[in-house]
Amino acid sequence: MSRNVNDEKQNSGIWKTFRRLMRYLRPYGHILCFSVMTSLISVGLTLYLPILTGRAVDAIIGPDAVDFDRILEILIFMAASVAITALAQWVMNVCNNKMTYSIVRDVRRDAFEHLQSLPLKYLDAHTSGEIVSRIIADVDQFADGLLMGFTQFFTSLITIFGTLIFMLTIHPMVTLVVVCITPVSLFVSAYIAKKTYHMFRMQSETRGEQTGYIDEMISGLRVVQAYHREEAVAERFDEINRKLQKRSLKAIFFSSITNPATRFVNSLVYAGVGITGAIAAIHGRMTVGQLTSFLGYANQYTKPFNEISGVVTELQNALACAARIFAFMDEEPQTPEAEDAVVLTDVKGNVGIHDVSFSYVPDQKLLEHVTLAVRAGQRIAIVGPTGCGKTTLINLLMRFYDVNRGSITVEGEDIRHVTRNSLRDAYGMVLQETWLKTGTVRENICMGYPEATEEEMIEAAKLSHAHSFIKRLPQGYDTVITEDSDTLSQGQKQLLCIARVMLCRPPMLILDEATSSIDTRTEIRIQKAFHQLMQGRTSFIVAHRLSTIQEADVILVMKDGNIIEQGNHEELLAKRGFYYTLYNS
Amino acid sequence: MKKLLIYLKEYRKESILAPLFKMLEASFELLVPLVMAAIMDQGIANQDMPYIWKMAMLLLLLAVVGLASSLTAQYFAAKAAVGFSTKVKHVLFRHIQTLSFSDLDHVGTPALINHMTSDMNQVQNGVNMVLRLFLRSPFIVFGAMIMAFTIDWKNALVFVVVIPLLTVVVVGIMLLTIPKYRTVQEALDRVLGITRENLTGVRVIRAFHQEEQEQMHFYEQNDELTRLQLFVGRISAFMNPLTFILVNAGVIALLWSGAVQVNIGNLTQGEVVALVNYMNQILVELVKLANLVITITKAVACGNRIQTILEIPAAQTFSDIPVAEQPAADIAVEFQNVSFTYHGGGDKALCHLNLKVKRGETIGIIGGTGSGKSTMIHLIPRFYDATEGKVLVDGVDVMKYPKEQLRSKIGIVMQKAVLFQGSIRENIAWGNESAGEDEIIHALELAQGMEFVNQKEGGLDAHVTQSGKNLSGGQRQRLTVARALVRKPEILILDDSTSALDYATDAKLRQAIQTLSYDPTVFIVSQRTVSIRHADRIVVLDDGEIAGIGTHEELLNSCDVYREIYESQYHKEVQGA
Repeated sequence: MSRNVNDEKQNSGIWKTFRRLMRYLRPYGHILCFSVMTSLISVGLTLYLPILTGRAVDAIIGPDAVDFDRILEILIFMAASVAITALAQWVMNVCNNKMTYSIVRDVRRDAFEHLQSLPLKYLDAHTSGEIVSRIIADVDQFADGLLMGFTQFFTSLITIFGTLIFMLTIHPMVTLVVVCITPVSLFVSAYIAKKTYHMFRMQSETRGEQTGYIDEMISGLRVVQAYHREEAVAERFDEINRKLQKRSLKAIFFSSITNPATRFVNSLVYAGVGITGAIAAIHGRMTVGQLTSFLGYANQYTKPFNEISGVVTELQNALACAARIFAFMDEEPQTPEAEDAVVLTDVKGNVGIHDVSFSYVPDQKLLEHVTLAVRAGQRIAIVGPTGCGKTTLINLLMRFYDVNRGSITVEGEDIRHVTRNSLRDAYGMVLQETWLKTGTVRENICMGYPEATEEEMIEAAKLSHAHSFIKRLPQGYDTVITEDSDTLSQGQKQLLCIARVMLCRPPMLILDEATSSIDTRTEIRIQKAFHQLMQGRTSFIVAHRLSTIQEADVILVMKDGNIIEQGNHEELLAKRGFYYTLYNS
Repeated sequence: MKKLLIYLKEYRKESILAPLFKMLEASFELLVPLVMAAIMDQGIANQDMPYIWKMAMLLLLLAVVGLASSLTAQYFAAKAAVGFSTKVKHVLFRHIQTLSFSDLDHVGTPALINHMTSDMNQVQNGVNMVLRLFLRSPFIVFGAMIMAFTIDWKNALVFVVVIPLLTVVVVGIMLLTIPKYRTVQEALDRVLGITRENLTGVRVIRAFHQEEQEQMHFYEQNDELTRLQLFVGRISAFMNPLTFILVNAGVIALLWSGAVQVNIGNLTQGEVVALVNYMNQILVELVKLANLVITITKAVACGNRIQTILEIPAAQTFSDIPVAEQPAADIAVEFQNVSFTYHGGGDKALCHLNLKVKRGETIGIIGGTGSGKSTMIHLIPRFYDATEGKVLVDGVDVMKYPKEQLRSKIGIVMQKAVLFQGSIRENIAWGNESAGEDEIIHALELAQGMEFVNQKEGGLDAHVTQSGKNLSGGQRQRLTVARALVRKPEILILDDSTSALDYATDAKLRQAIQTLSYDPTVFIVSQRTVSIRHADRIVVLDDGEIAGIGTHEELLNSCDVYREIYESQYHKEVQGA
């Protein structure tokens, strides 16, 4: 009972996906019509050719019994059909390409647009690889599978029916032979596919095991060598390797039976047509030419059947991909701006956190009843062990996430009643995981203020201690940075991020100190740049350096996602709590 | 690729038989049109029923024999291909294990993994396909032509014209489109790049509200991709129509010249039909052949990559003669004027380093990134070999030790905490296979890891997933420390290996190491002064050179670099003092 309901649900899901796809197809409806028309023409004429060949053969009976006039007539007709078919095929190919790639472009466009409006809650919960594969791989797959599959399905179907009709017009009895034997090839290939499915699963399981082992052991090869475990590791590898050998052999061999087997069935059809056709010919119910046409059909008749069975799986796969893309596009976007949202102007840097509670997961408490008043120009240091949720606070201040209870205000204005852009403009943010976009140094520095003049940009770079190393880059400010290039060190990247904020001169700052992996000299520069930046600005700093912490006006001590202590350095030391142990370790 | 093929030797029989059986199948296939022609010319023309039956049986026989030989061929091909790739993987894996650290740096782990997995699959597939099709397809194409010649040489000339033309069209279109497909792939990579960038940088993009610009940028690249795809599509759209025209032009020509020949009695009606059938056969095989060429090109490229790895010579040689243990050598480790340059990495990573370390001494090593800390300690177990100078362990040049003897003296904990799939117990036992339960527990206690291990379900037998992903960074680090401690090494090296531990645990661990009964010589590498300030001596490295050696107090007074590092971490404390 419940299964039925499930099936129905699934079916209606497929229909929904399908209908939605049709919406994307609509703008290209005229191309689709054209494609269908041309494929009808090309399939029809292709099938007509064996008949023409047969007629020509019938005009070639023997010595001095050749009807050249008729042959010429037939051959001219053939040539015309071939030309039209070729043209139709070409137009069909072009139409299908146009349709497929245009729809892919449109779907990707919409998916990317949706991505920009998704809340961070969704983006944080999914790996970037996962979302990228939605927008790239899934879209590709569904386009290939669905549209190509659709056209192939369509042409195969017409081929089957067309052939059937043509054959019936020549000779019903011989047709019966073809119709009876051909489906055997379908059964055979389906049978083999079913039998080999298990073997393929076993193969890919073992292959996965091997890949995992290779990955693990090569990544950890230095340790393997340090502990001299090469032999043991290699033996285990060989064990998996042998297992994979056995399973691969089975899977590859048994699946490779399909082609010879269908060819065999095809030969049976051929022989069957040959014998019944010959008998019919002896009794004068069929000409040799007609037999030739029949043999032509018999040769090709299994092909569309096999294609259809292949296409069905591809279609299912494509629909699954489409469903995943649509599910992604249905993810709820972030709360829209309030209608009466105001634009924050003249921010001095007064921030209020009023009895805020927040958690990422409903029943996992995180921040509870946090209250904090920050006056313009104050420095707030956030400290605690790694993974204690320091970024949570940043998420809330920047309104990457909305609070569950209470409110956060800037200049007395609830940030939920302020436009996101003006709120985010008020902050300058430098994160530990430096992010630079692919582009020139200039583009990166001017990201928040594209109208900046050359002088303003250089001034900002100088203040951030970035100018001197930028000058030494191969193309100076026009040097192109890519995501994984080694042109810049980690520390230099951070200096660029600081320059980016320096140029915007926001009234408030969010800074994330780097923990390690920066050499001492650059580290000192970064600290100087931070100091320069913090002059007269309200700053929230995720701090690791004791010096930064001690100079802060308010220290928030976080542990396991919550603020457990709050106060300045002396107050917190006097408390002899968690901060005290942290400090004295 | 050529050198890889020697691994096919074991399967010589299979590699020869597979294509032969395929050819056998193909020749049976080529006979079919002739039999059919006989049915028409002899059977139907003479109304000879028994002859027709005989020929029909012959067709069936051909089909059965064809099936049998084809299956045999498929089996041999699969066996040879799979066996070959298994063998190459075996050899390759063992070879990779002997690569030195500099080779590993140079080639890169992801590349190696790729060679072992996807490249190997491509090669296996390539070998399989070649064995199956390489003889069959050309055999059918040319066989059809030869059969045509046996029927009538004048008509066969049509084949001589059509086959090269078909080849030109198929190969030409492929040659035109393949490089274009590469441009398409690049365009797709750019679209993918923007998407990824927008995800990794989403906070910054939103903080600077760059959403719209990014969207415009995406549209541009997306449109460019579509344009390229359409362009390539337009070229490859010619393939089917052109080949269709060529083959059917051949058929028309055959019918006409056939008619002429039949009229003068040189040819029979059935033979004309046979010729037409041969013409139709070649197209399918030619397309298969073209695809085979692509598969082969790919497989050869992958095979070449694998071969270059196999050709990396063993950069390091180790002695086979064990070094006689010198009891109570006073100096455990000594660096004599050591310099080191990384493979292809211009500047010296270490420059004329001199240092004598006494047995049982604890040495702290500090310095910025790239100052040569890790490099220095990696020279002790010969992960790298000094470019100049000598490293001595127990008074003997490390170059003179057999690999196992040298490395068994040393317990090293590397920066990246690497664990392997298995139980916690198995992972720790890597350090010392003969370690008993209590030794393992003791090592874990010293490494401050017993507490969390006890909390795990199964304790010591708790499962560690691949690369230790089910453990936190700090837990992994403690297990790797335990792994080093369980072998009771003479030399213990901790390479920045406590960075994920909180201050208190880190301190406890350091204390535990000081109390070890067997009194090892200890090297602690760190970026944090707290981790090394209690060492007997501290070595300060700066750009590959020693900037100072001494105790914490001495260095504070005498070494600028050390003071700079210390102050950046303890700024105010010092000012206040």
